[in-house]
Amino acid sequence: MFDLFKTKAEAVNAEVHRFPGKQEALAFIKETFKTEGIADASKSAVWVDCPFLEGVDKDELAKAFPGLSFNVTRDSAEKAHIGVTQMHWGIANTGTLVQNSTAAHERLASMLPWIHLAIVGTDKILPDMPSLMETVHPKDAAYIALISGPSRTADIERVLTIGVHGPERLIIVCIDDLGGNN
Amino acid sequence: MATTQFKESVDKALHNANLTGALGRFSEAYAVARKKAYEGIDFEQLRGRIAAIKGYAAEHLDELADQFTKNATARGAKVFRANSPQQVKDYIANLCREKGVKRIVKSKSMATEEIHLNDHLIKQGIQVNETDLGEWIIQLAGQTPSHMVMPAIHMTRDEVAELFSKEVHERLTNDIPRLVKVARKELRGKFLEADMGISGGNMAIAETGTIALVTNEGNARLTTSLPKIHVALVGLEKLVPTWADAAPILVALPKSATSQQLTSYVSFITGPTPNDDGSMKDMHIILMDNKRTEMARDPIFKQALQCIRCASCLNVCPVYRLVGGHVFGHVYTGGIGTILTAWFDELKKSEDIQGLCIQCGNCKQVCPGKIDIPGLILEIRRRLVQEQGQSVAQKAIFSVVNNRKIFHGILRAASLGSKVMAKEGFIRHLPMFLSELSDFRSLPAIAAKPFRDVFDTIKQPSLPKKVAFYAGCLIDFAYPEMGEKLVRIMNKAGYNVTFPKGQTCCGAPARYNGAYEVAAGNATDNINALLDEDVDYVVSACPTCTCALKHEFIEVYESLGQRDKLPKARRLATKTMDFSTLVKQLVDEGKLSFKEGQDLGQITYHDSCHLKRTLHAEKEPRELLTEAGYQITEMFECDMCCGMGGSYSLKFPEISKPILTRKLSNIKASGAPAVAMDCPGCVMQIRGGFDKDGTKIAVKHTVELLADRLK
Repeated sequence: MFDLFKTKAEAVNAEVHRFPGKQEALAFIKETFKTEGIADASKSAVWVDCPFLEGVDKDELAKAFPGLSFNVTRDSAEKAHIGVTQMHWGIANTGTLVQNSTAAHERLASMLPWIHLAIVGTDKILPDMPSLMETVHPKDAAYIALISGPSRTADIERVLTIGVHGPERLIIVCIDDLGGNN
Repeated sequence: MATTQFKESVDKALHNANLTGALGRFSEAYAVARKKAYEGIDFEQLRGRIAAIKGYAAEHLDELADQFTKNATARGAKVFRANSPQQVKDYIANLCREKGVKRIVKSKSMATEEIHLNDHLIKQGIQVNETDLGEWIIQLAGQTPSHMVMPAIHMTRDEVAELFSKEVHERLTNDIPRLVKVARKELRGKFLEADMGISGGNMAIAETGTIALVTNEGNARLTTSLPKIHVALVGLEKLVPTWADAAPILVALPKSATSQQLTSYVSFITGPTPNDDGSMKDMHIILMDNKRTEMARDPIFKQALQCIRCASCLNVCPVYRLVGGHVFGHVYTGGIGTILTAWFDELKKSEDIQGLCIQCGNCKQVCPGKIDIPGLILEIRRRLVQEQGQSVAQKAIFSVVNNRKIFHGILRAASLGSKVMAKEGFIRHLPMFLSELSDFRSLPAIAAKPFRDVFDTIKQPSLPKKVAFYAGCLIDFAYPEMGEKLVRIMNKAGYNVTFPKGQTCCGAPARYNGAYEVAAGNATDNINALLDEDVDYVVSACPTCTCALKHEFIEVYESLGQRDKLPKARRLATKTMDFSTLVKQLVDEGKLSFKEGQDLGQITYHDSCHLKRTLHAEKEPRELLTEAGYQITEMFECDMCCGMGGSYSLKFPEISKPILTRKLSNIKASGAPAVAMDCPGCVMQIRGGFDKDGTKIAVKHTVELLADRLK
């Protein structure tokens, strides 16, 4: 399932990384923060509180990355270079991420910054759209968001251009043993 | 006849190289990409499901609208059902006044285009910004969309750079990524300061009260998230019964629209969500009727409500890719647009645009809602004729076609008249008033002796079984040699051929022009003639005629309520076969066999519209030609219309010509020295085209190629 997910997600310009556990994933995220200038606060990042952060020392993270904030507001998300959110499901045959985005800051962090870094449990990847419809239901979520790759347009001369109103990069971090619940 | 103004707009579009270039390239790429997107998916099954879901919804619009209203209201949305465009405009304008809305951001919505909402709001002093990149470009340019999915496809990067430069007061180059960034920055500000976001809705799910939004840019997410008021304007036809019903539509929509597996973003919104400051969103959903329930009550047009607005009917249309969307009016474009305009606006508004349809059937084949778009366009034609009567000229022509003796008498007379002008079987110069019509192709001379006279001179052996041959006008009066070959092949298979002389025009010209009474008269004459003697098969070498005999006689009688004539029409239908399908069957039955060891070289095959898409015979002629000893080299777009379309090429020669030119160049590019096809109309168009441009490529009907290859 993961292989199909990765192939399909990469086909729509997402970057897909897989890690056995949280520690490895966290190391990758820190590395990404460094590369993208969050460490020296030249650029900022917002991270929406999520199950992944349970057991992670947020203060220490914030200290190591002065540009990082866990307080996601319209302003902080708009200024942020990176937005980190945890997604609930994946869809393999379209390379899609799915989230209950009822809380506004989930959407702010995943649509306003230039880079959306999305965490998802490898075991949460479903085969296809019908299986998603069986898994999630609007009675439990007022805003269900499906994301496949970065924001794109082909409205000028049909030339595919990435990053129009939403992120221009989507980095997907798949974790085999995420622990806990979604 | 088309109005001068309309003809001028078509002419302008045809001469817009940017437009035809962009649309042409797109449609070529689209066909290939769409096929890839649907790889591994049973499209027929998928669209069967969608048609069932949407068909059910169309029959239960009121009930589903009530259910949706109840469920969305329970979740906190305010649902308003509007019958007319004016009610929608008043509702939104009042809401703006009440809430002090000064700035609005919009994500793409055809329903708002349909009612010209922007104009109305701007007149109230409200700033309205489209945020879909294409729509924004169109808005800045003061234009209307030329395509339902890609509204600005007719504009170049230079034109966009020009527009944006003016907007941001900075000299911008035509670098597309840079232009997109400029739009992002400019529109981000508008999103952040907007008081209201207006969206459409790709689906309204009754069971849950959910609105689904499908986008690539992410603007719908921002529109529905950042402003504190969200208004969704949804046409009633977007209702689907259940949550699970959304899946097949979401599987098909992106593939059919843009050849994507899925768009970048899909949002399912069920009632208001909290804003980022903790307050609750004020969410309004307007379910708009605007004649949709009236459409649902029409037994024929209700199927148009199965449309999911993917615009694939535009993308595969040989005419749309030449003329673009603007000639269709201001809102809905292409095949489905013609039908929607006739309803949401008025029947009369579709008078000119319905004529653009060449009836090739490409759109019907790809429609994920399984809508018979060409059939519905014919129905528009029929109703227009019913409402307004035929033009005097048309009436004169059809009164002739309806009287076989006069019609055939005129064709015989024309043969004498055209002899002087014909050379090597082509009419080189027509009388002046017709010259414009044939300047891109030579027309065949009317045969000195029509097939009906030749037939009497053919000596047939006495054989046990019988087939009746239906020649159709072109073989009878222009290509009698095709008929002779057919008789020889049938004789070899052990069949005597009869040629009932009472046969006349198949009625296709009348039917395609909405004159159903005339078509019914033709049908009755032909049925009586062809069923007069007991035969095993009725065979025709013209796919258009075959379709008439097999399907359209029945449809015409049904449409006119002449049910007493149906049993005989059905009897004829079951006996009728097209040439290649019958011959293939006879070969498979061992009644015909090919000479061995023939190496006849390369040939390419052109699929005629009716043969492939109505009679579903694409393999048969290819297999026969291969068995005969030809090696088939496929051309690009082998099943794209050649631009003939019967009388279409006379009504719109300016459109027929470029369609033919494209076909000719695809044939040439195949490298084959010969092209085969199963339709005498296509032979006339393509042979005439090559004669005119001087290319030496043999253009043959399959019947001509097989006769000498059979034992």
